[in-house]
This record gives sequence, structure tokens and C-alpha cells, in this order.
Amino acid sequence: MNTTATAVATMADEIIDLTPKDRMIRRAKSHLGFQFGAIIVLTFALVAIFAPLVAPHDPYLQDLSNRLVPPVWNSDGTWTHILGTDQLGRDYLSRLIYGARISMGVGLGAATLGCIIGVSIGLVAGYMGGRIDQGASFLLTCQLALPSLLLAMALVFFVGSSVTTLVVVLGVLHWQYYMVVTRTLTRQIRSLEYVSAARSIGSNDRQVLFYEILPNLFNQIIVVFSLEMAVVIIHEASLSFLGVGVQPPTASWGLMIAEGKTMMYFQPFLVTVPGVALFLLVLAVNLLGDGIRDITAPESRN
Amino acid sequence: MLKFILKRLALGLAVAFTVSLATFLMLNLAADPASMVAGEDATQDAIEQIRVQFGFDRPLYVRFFEWIGNVATGDFGDSYYWNQPVFDLLIHRAPVTLTLAAGSLTVTVGVGLTLGVLAALKPNGWLDRFALSLGTAAQAIPNFWLGLILIILLGVMFPIFPVSGDTSWKHFVLPCIVLGTSAVPQVLRLTRTGMIEVLGSDYIRTARAKGFRPRQILFRHALRNALLPVVSVITIQIGYKLGGSVITETVFALNGLGRLAYESILGADIPTVQMLVFFFALIFIVLSILGDILNAWLDPRMRVE
Repeated sequence: MNTTATAVATMADEIIDLTPKDRMIRRAKSHLGFQFGAIIVLTFALVAIFAPLVAPHDPYLQDLSNRLVPPVWNSDGTWTHILGTDQLGRDYLSRLIYGARISMGVGLGAATLGCIIGVSIGLVAGYMGGRIDQGASFLLTCQLALPSLLLAMALVFFVGSSVTTLVVVLGVLHWQYYMVVTRTLTRQIRSLEYVSAARSIGSNDRQVLFYEILPNLFNQIIVVFSLEMAVVIIHEASLSFLGVGVQPPTASWGLMIAEGKTMMYFQPFLVTVPGVALFLLVLAVNLLGDGIRDITAPESRN
Repeated sequence: MLKFILKRLALGLAVAFTVSLATFLMLNLAADPASMVAGEDATQDAIEQIRVQFGFDRPLYVRFFEWIGNVATGDFGDSYYWNQPVFDLLIHRAPVTLTLAAGSLTVTVGVGLTLGVLAALKPNGWLDRFALSLGTAAQAIPNFWLGLILIILLGVMFPIFPVSGDTSWKHFVLPCIVLGTSAVPQVLRLTRTGMIEVLGSDYIRTARAKGFRPRQILFRHALRNALLPVVSVITIQIGYKLGGSVITETVFALNGLGRLAYESILGADIPTVQMLVFFFALIFIVLSILGDILNAWLDPRMRVE
């Protein structure tokens, strides 16, 4: 009994002595979701970056004599094509690996664009207040009313499907969440003492915004970034699945599912494999975001 | 209360106008409408002829006010692709989408509320952890993929439900599950957070001290207050369900508004697409006004802003 009490006391002492950074590392070490998310996202990112080195075959090379080879866990599978081949005889694992580039690339690009737009509007609206704030809120209400997936579909198809169009259209339609978070936090921080202190030593609005307020929003923006990236990845896959996103022969998970759809009753792996990859990536990005939130600001958990 | 309602209506009207303008500009600037009507192989002369014939040579603002003026009087224009008035198309296709929206909302509310309340009864208990994990997983499953998996499982391997078409209620079961699942995580988390907060509040303790039965406290005292934020999320979700119907209706071959939108996009039919985008936005605006009014009626604190 006595020993437990001493142990608890030493533990408490240790925690009190820790710097905020140490505490974060401590929390990260005991947060399973964060670790799982980080490892998966990191793996997918590395695979996407080094796709030409990792992929066992050329993802575009058609081999009509080796069409629809089942994956290795099937009795007819071979180790040359671990995840089998598609209806044109292209190696499915290689296409999956190159598809990670599209998902990660469009996800990062569109989430960054949305982040720049949303954070800028939120900062200005929250800092200036008054009419500008009202105007920004009105803009937000309008954006929320628009059916974003449908509009994105129409715009991407009308402009002409390409990865650049996807990034721009999805980015421009996904800034709301950043704006709401940035605006609320800026309004809170604006009236804090260190902001008045900065102003009293002669900082102008620009300096206050960029050196005092923005750095303190970083953690929350990262959380929103990961959650929005997950949404954008799903939207890209949905658009590509419907044939209005990435165009063949480019490998994109959504497109692979669409191409495998006609054969899905006979070779379900054509649909399940890219779907599981998509599910894992989106799940990992979400877990990473939730993890960062729990680690940097455990009080805002619910 | 009346002042509150009027203010919300005025704001809704302004939002509707801005949204219609944004929709019109974006869709008409994204591509040249004349060459889209003419088709891919058309000559330059044919495109110019169509431009004059359809009036695409007039300035954008003239065309916008003509369109929005017509919409206000109930004339939604004519579709180039389907060769019939857009209004007829909408009326003809709307019932399927409304059925789908109602069904999937039932799924969302049924599953989301039940799990949320159960999870809140014992925070961090096994049921709570299970519900939260389920929510996290559901959030990561792409809608169209879940549809295909359900088709393979319940449509083909264990043929319980038909997988394409919209002729009987059975056709709507799988699409409603798919579309309904996508919003379960939000409703679940909101209900859970609200319930935990309310269950820890003073008036619940008072009710307990007075000797009310747990069931009575849960349903008569706690749930009512916990549901306030859920109401506004649900009205918003109906709007998203309409937008999300594009994917679900395409996967399950339901002839509703979403599929109409998809086919019209592929047919480069700007009049139908812009009317559908505006129509979905309008429904969203009307629902969010109704949600606000409902909230203000349920909770007088919301009336002051």
C-alpha cells in the first residue's frame, strides 16, 4: 500500500517536471489511434513517393494473355502478381501503388488550397469583426448551402477532367471548416493579454496576425487539415468512380473500382482490394487527426 | 418570435439569390455553353450559329437575370439533352429521391440516436467504445464502395434484396442503408456528447433525488435537451442526403434526381444541372430555416442573437 503511494507520488513529480513538449510525447506514446494512423499514413506516403521503386511491374503494361489472374491467396494465384491482374492484364498491386499517388496528391493539394482560403477568410473575419465578419459569415452560409459533391462533379467534367482541375475544384469547395475554426479561435485570442502586449510595443495588424495569432492556431488547423483531407480523398475516389475524375489509363482507386465493377461478381477482389486501401487510408488520416487533437489539446476531447 | 422568423426568412432569400448567382456563373464560365450544345465534332460555324440561336452571345448578367426571373415565375427552362422542360424532369424524378432521403434519414436517426444514447449511459464502457469505433469506421467507408459490397453480399451471394431499379420498397432497402450510414457518425457523436453533458447536470441530479425512475429521467428529462443540437444537424443532413443521392442512385440504378444530375452532367446539359444544383441548395436553405425556427421554438434561449 505504502509502496503504491510512493510510486504514484514519484510519477506525479515526474509529470509536473515535464515540459509541455515532453507531455505531448508522453501522450503520443500511449495513444494507440495516433500511432496506428501515423504509421499507415507514413507507409502510404512513402509508397506513393517511391512508387516506381516499390511497384513490381509497370502499372500501364497490358498483357492480354494474363487477364484476371486471381490474387495470391486464391488457389490459382501466383507470386508474380501478388494481387492478381485486372481485365487488361495489368498488375493490380502496381496499379494500387500508383493509385496511392493520386489519392495522396489530390488529398494534400486540395486540402492545402482549402486551408489557405479558409484560414485567410477566418483570420480576417475574426480579427476585424463587424461588417467584414458578417460578410464572411454570409459567404459561409452560401457555401454550406451548395451541394458540393454535385457541383464538383459538374465543374470538373465541364472544365475537363485532370488532376489539376480536381485539386482546384475540390480545394475551392472545401474551405468552410477551416474558416469556422480559425474565426472562432481568432476572436478568442484577439482579446488576450499577449496580443495587447504586442500591440503596445508597436506591432501593426499584420504583425499581430502573423506572429501572435496564426502560430497559436497551428495545432487546431492541422486537425482540421487531416479531417478535410480524408473528405477530399473520398470525394476524389467518388468522382473517379463515376467517370468524371481521373481519366483512364491513370491508376486511381476510384477508377479501379469502377473498372472492376463489371467483373465484381466473378472476381470480387477487383472491387474489394482498392476499396480496402481507400478505407485504410481514410481511416488512418482520420485517426491521425483525432490523435493530434487529443495530444495537443486533451481538454477539447469531446 | 415573429421578428426572428422574418429575419431568418430575409437572410434565406439573400443566400438563395447569391447561391443562384454563384451556380450560374461557375457553370457557365467552366465551359463554353455553345460548344457543349453543339457537341465535340461540331465545326466553328455550327458553334457560332448555336451561340446566336440559343442567345449565348448575350452578356452573362443578361442571361442570369433572364434565368432567375424565369425560375421565380416557375419556368425552369428547357433541357438541351432530354428535349423537355426541366420542370417536368424534376417533378417526374423527385419522388424516388424523396423516398430515398426519407428512408436514409430514418436509418441515420434510428442507428445514430440509439447508439449515441446507449454510449452515453456508460462513458468509456464497452458499448461506448464499440459505438465510437463503429462511428470512426463508418466515417472512412466510401459510400459507393459500401454500395457495391452490399450488392455483392446481399444482392448476389445471399439474394435477399434486388440491387437495381426502383419499382418496389425492397429496392430502396440497400440504398437507404448506404446513404443513411454516411451520416451516422455525426449524429452518434453529437447525441453522445449532448447526453453525457445533460446527464451530469444539476437538474438531472435533482430529478434523481426526487426519486424518478431512470427510464423516466432518460426520456422525459435528459433526451429532450440533448436533442437540441441534433435537430439542426438533422436538417443539414437532409440537404446532404440530396447531394449524396448522386452516388447512391447511380450505384443502385434508381431513377431519381441524383441520377438525373449525373446523366445531365455527362450530357453537358447546363440548364438541368444548374437547376438541380440550385434546387438542392434551395431545399437546404428552407430546411435550415425550418431547423432554426424549430430550435427557437424548443429553446427560447436561441431566439436572442
